[in-house]
Amino acid sequence: MNLKILLRLSLLCAAFPAYSADKVVVGLITKTEVNPFFVKMKEGAQQAAKKYGATLMTGAGKFDGDNATQVTAIENMISGGAKAILITPSDTKAIVPAVKKARSEGVLVIALDTPTEPQEATDALFATDNFKAGVLIGEYAKAAMAGKPAKIATLDLAPGITVGQLRHDGFLKGYGITEGDSQIVCSQDTRGDQAKGQTAMENCLQKAPDINLVYTINEPAAAGAYQALKSAGKQKGVLIVSVDGGCVGVKNVKAGHLAATSQQYPLKMAAMGVEAGVEYAKTGKKASGYTDTGVTLITDKPMPGVESKDTKFGTENCWGK
Amino acid sequence: MTEPRPTPVLEARGLVKRYGHVTALDGADFQLLAGEILAVIGDNGAGKSTLIKALAGAIIPDAGEILLDGKLVRFHSPLDARRQGIETVYQDLAVAPAMSIAENLFLGREPKRTGLLGWLGALDKKRMLAEAMRHMQSLKIGIRSMKQAVETLSGGQRQGVAVARSAAFARHVVIMDEPTAALGVKEGNMVLELIRRVRDRGLPVILISHNMPHVFEIADRIHIARLGKRAAVVNPKHISMSDTVAVMTGAKRPEELPAQAFA
Amino acid sequence: MAVLPDLATAPPTSTRGRLLAHLPPVATLGPLLALFIACAFFASQSDRFLSGSNFSLILQQVMVVGVVAIGQTLVILTAGIDLSCGMLMAIGSIVMTKLAVDSEMNPYLAILCGLLVSTAFGFLNGALITRVKLPPFIVTLGTLNIAFAITQIYSKSQTISALPEALEYFGRTFRVGQTAVTYGTVLMLIMYLIAWFVLRDTAPGRHIYALGNNAEATRLMGIDTARMLLIVYTLAGLVYGIAGLLLVARTGVGDPQAGQTDNLDSITAVVLGGTSLFGGRGNILGTLLGALIVGVFRNGLTLMGVASVYQILITGILVILAVTTDQLSRRKG
Repeated sequence: MNLKILLRLSLLCAAFPAYSADKVVVGLITKTEVNPFFVKMKEGAQQAAKKYGATLMTGAGKFDGDNATQVTAIENMISGGAKAILITPSDTKAIVPAVKKARSEGVLVIALDTPTEPQEATDALFATDNFKAGVLIGEYAKAAMAGKPAKIATLDLAPGITVGQLRHDGFLKGYGITEGDSQIVCSQDTRGDQAKGQTAMENCLQKAPDINLVYTINEPAAAGAYQALKSAGKQKGVLIVSVDGGCVGVKNVKAGHLAATSQQYPLKMAAMGVEAGVEYAKTGKKASGYTDTGVTLITDKPMPGVESKDTKFGTENCWGK
Repeated sequence: MTEPRPTPVLEARGLVKRYGHVTALDGADFQLLAGEILAVIGDNGAGKSTLIKALAGAIIPDAGEILLDGKLVRFHSPLDARRQGIETVYQDLAVAPAMSIAENLFLGREPKRTGLLGWLGALDKKRMLAEAMRHMQSLKIGIRSMKQAVETLSGGQRQGVAVARSAAFARHVVIMDEPTAALGVKEGNMVLELIRRVRDRGLPVILISHNMPHVFEIADRIHIARLGKRAAVVNPKHISMSDTVAVMTGAKRPEELPAQAFA
Repeated sequence: MAVLPDLATAPPTSTRGRLLAHLPPVATLGPLLALFIACAFFASQSDRFLSGSNFSLILQQVMVVGVVAIGQTLVILTAGIDLSCGMLMAIGSIVMTKLAVDSEMNPYLAILCGLLVSTAFGFLNGALITRVKLPPFIVTLGTLNIAFAITQIYSKSQTISALPEALEYFGRTFRVGQTAVTYGTVLMLIMYLIAWFVLRDTAPGRHIYALGNNAEATRLMGIDTARMLLIVYTLAGLVYGIAGLLLVARTGVGDPQAGQTDNLDSITAVVLGGTSLFGGRGNILGTLLGALIVGVFRNGLTLMGVASVYQILITGILVILAVTTDQLSRRKG
C-alpha cells in the first residue's frame, strides 16, 4: 500500500519541474522573517522578480543566529530548482559549507548585507559598506561639533559581531580618533535593543554627566539613548548619530531626536541580487566581487564638507514603512 | 452463644469491584470495632488494597454497602472520606519535605487569624505551632521545634508526623498503610508504640502490613483477605503465625482452624 | 509514660546541620550579602555610585525584569518554568499601545485590553499544562513563539510612539528629598510586598510551596492542585502584562522587538535570589535581590568603564555560585 502512494507521489513530483521549466527560480534567505529591514529586502526581491519574470522562493531563520534553518532553506531551494540564491547569513562562518555545496551544483550564491567569512565563499557580495556608514556619521559629527571638546559615548551592538564593529570603527575614523582616545568616556553594548540602549545611556550619563556626542549602532538604540537624555533633561545639548535609515529613524531625524543617520538600501540589495540571478540563469555570467549598494547621510542640518540629503529624500527611500 | 456485638465503627457488606475481567472484590465483608487495632493482611491479589481503597474513598465499589457508625455512607472521593472523619496515613507519608512539621500537620486545613489580617488570608502560625506541639506531645513524640523542616527528621520521626496528623484530624478511623515498611528495627518498634497510643486515645486503627511479627505484636484482631473476600478474622493470641499465613495463602482452610482461633 | 528517647530530636551529626536547623534560610542571606559586598566594592571604585539618584536609576532599570521575575518566581516555585514571559509582556505592551494610538481607544481601556491579552496567554499556558498535561518547558516554548509571531503580525513589526499620557504615567517621577523616584518603581515594590505576604502567610501561598515540593502529597491532602497551577500561570500572565505597561512607561514606545531576553533574565534573577529550580523552596524577596544584583553590576561596571562583555561573564559566574551555594547548604553534614 505504501509503495503505491510513494509511486504516485514521485510521479507528481516529476511533473513539477516541467511546469516551472520556463521561469528562472531565484531564492532569497534572510536572517529573520520579521525585522523590517528584511521585510523591505523581500519586497525589493519580489518587485524585481516580477519585473524579470522570475519565480521567487523565500526562506528565513527563526532568530538572529539561526544557522540550521538557513541551511535547510538552501537545500530545499536547490532541489526546488533555484539557479541563484541570495542570502543574509545569520552565522557568517557556519553557513559556508552549505554555500560551497550549492555553488558546486552550479547555483550562484550572493551574500546580501552581511559578508560570509571568508567573503570569497560566496560568488558575490551586495552590501552596505558598514565601515563607510560609520565614517559618514563620524565626519558629520566632527563638523557639527565645530571644534568643541567632545565627550563621546558609543552604544554598540554585542561582542564579536562584524556589523557592529565596522560601524563603530568607521565612526572613529570619520571623527578622526582611534580606539582608546580620551574623548571616548563610555562604551556599552545594547544588542540593538531600544530598552537596553536606554539603560546603557543612563549608566553612561551617570559616569560622565557631560557627554555631548553619542554614536549608536542603530536607530532603536538611538531612540533609547534619546529617551534617557530626555529623562535627564539633557536632550538639547547632546548630538546623537546612528545608522540604518529606517522610516522610524528618519522620522526621529525630522523630529530632531536624532541629528543624522546613514541610510542603507535593503531593497536595492535584493533587487540587484535578483537581477544578477536572472542574468546568470540566462547567460551563465556570474556576478562577482563586492558591490557597494550605497549609503547616504540623512540630516536636516547639513554640515559643510559632508555630503548629505534631507529627510524628505530619506522618507522617500526609507525601509520599514 | 455469642453476645450481641456493639455497632462496628466501620463496616462493609458484600463489596464488589471489577476491573475488566479481573474481580478484585468478590463480595467482601469487613468490620472494625471501637477501640481496636485491626490488622488487614492478604497476599498480592487478595483484594486487600482494593478493600482499603474503598473504605478510604479512593475507589467506588460496583456493589455492596459501607456503614460508618451504623449509618450508610457513600464516598465519592478521598476528600469525602476525610470529611466524614476517616484519615489515612499513606505508605509514602504524603509530606512536603521542605516545609515545617507544623505546616505539614495542617496542610490543607490551615487555621486563619482573626481580624483584618485573617480576612486577607493570613494564617495563624502561632496557633499552628502550639497545636502541632500539642498533638505531637500527646503521642509522646519528643521533637523540640515544630518549625523544623520534615526533611531534617529521621524516618521514624517523619512517620510520627504523618501519624500525628491523622490522629489530630480523625474523628472515627485511622488507616495506616505499611507504616513500618521502610524503617529499621528500633524505629519500627517506636512506630508500633505510636499506633498503640493512637488507639488508646480512642481512635480505632486499621493496619495494613506484610510484617507478621509486627502484626502479631500489636493487632487486637487480624482480618485475612483472600480471593476478594474475607477468609477469616482471627485472634493473634490464639493462633500461630504459621497458621495465619497458611490461611492467607490458602494452604489451610479456615474450617480447619480450632474455634478459639477466631475473633 | 516517659518520652521515648529515640524519637526525641536526633541531634544532627554536624555543626552545619545543627545551625541550619534553626537559622533562617541561608538562601536569602546569600544574595543580600552579595548585594552589600557588590555595593561596597563599586562605591570604592567610583564616587558616583553611592548616591540617591544612582540608586533610583538602578531601581528603574531593573523595574521591568523585576516585575516579570515575580511571575517567574511563582511558576518556578511550583516546579515549573515559563519561557514565554518576555513575549507575553511584549504582546501586552503592543496591544495597549497600538489600540491607544492607532485605534484611538481610551487609553485606560487599551491598557485593560493589553492586560487581558497577556492574562489570556497565561491562562492558555496553564490550561495546556493542567488539562493536556504537557510539560511547562514545552508549553511555554510554544506560546513564546506564538505570542512573538502574533506581536509581529499585529504591529507589522513597527514601533509605536507618540503615546497618550496615561500610558506613560508609571514613568513619571516624584521627589523624595533630593532624589527622583519613578511611580513604576513604587508599583514594583508594592507588588513584591504583596507577593511576599501571600507566599509567606496565606494558605494559597503555602500551598504553592507544597505543590512544588511534593505535588502528590498536596493532592492527597485534598488540595486541587490542577486548579492551583492554572491560577498560578494565569496570574503570571497578568503580571507580565503589568511589566509590559511599565516597559511602555519607561521607554515611551511600544516596541515589538522588546522582551526577547526577559525569559533568561528573569530566571537569572530568580536563581540568584536563591529560589530552587526544582520547586518548593525560595523567597520572593530573594528574586528582587537577584534582579538588583544584576542591575548593580551593570551600573557599577559601566561607571568603572569596564566593557559590557565582562558584565555577561560576571553574571554567569554569579549564577553558578548561587546555585552551588544553594546545593551545598542543602546537603546535610
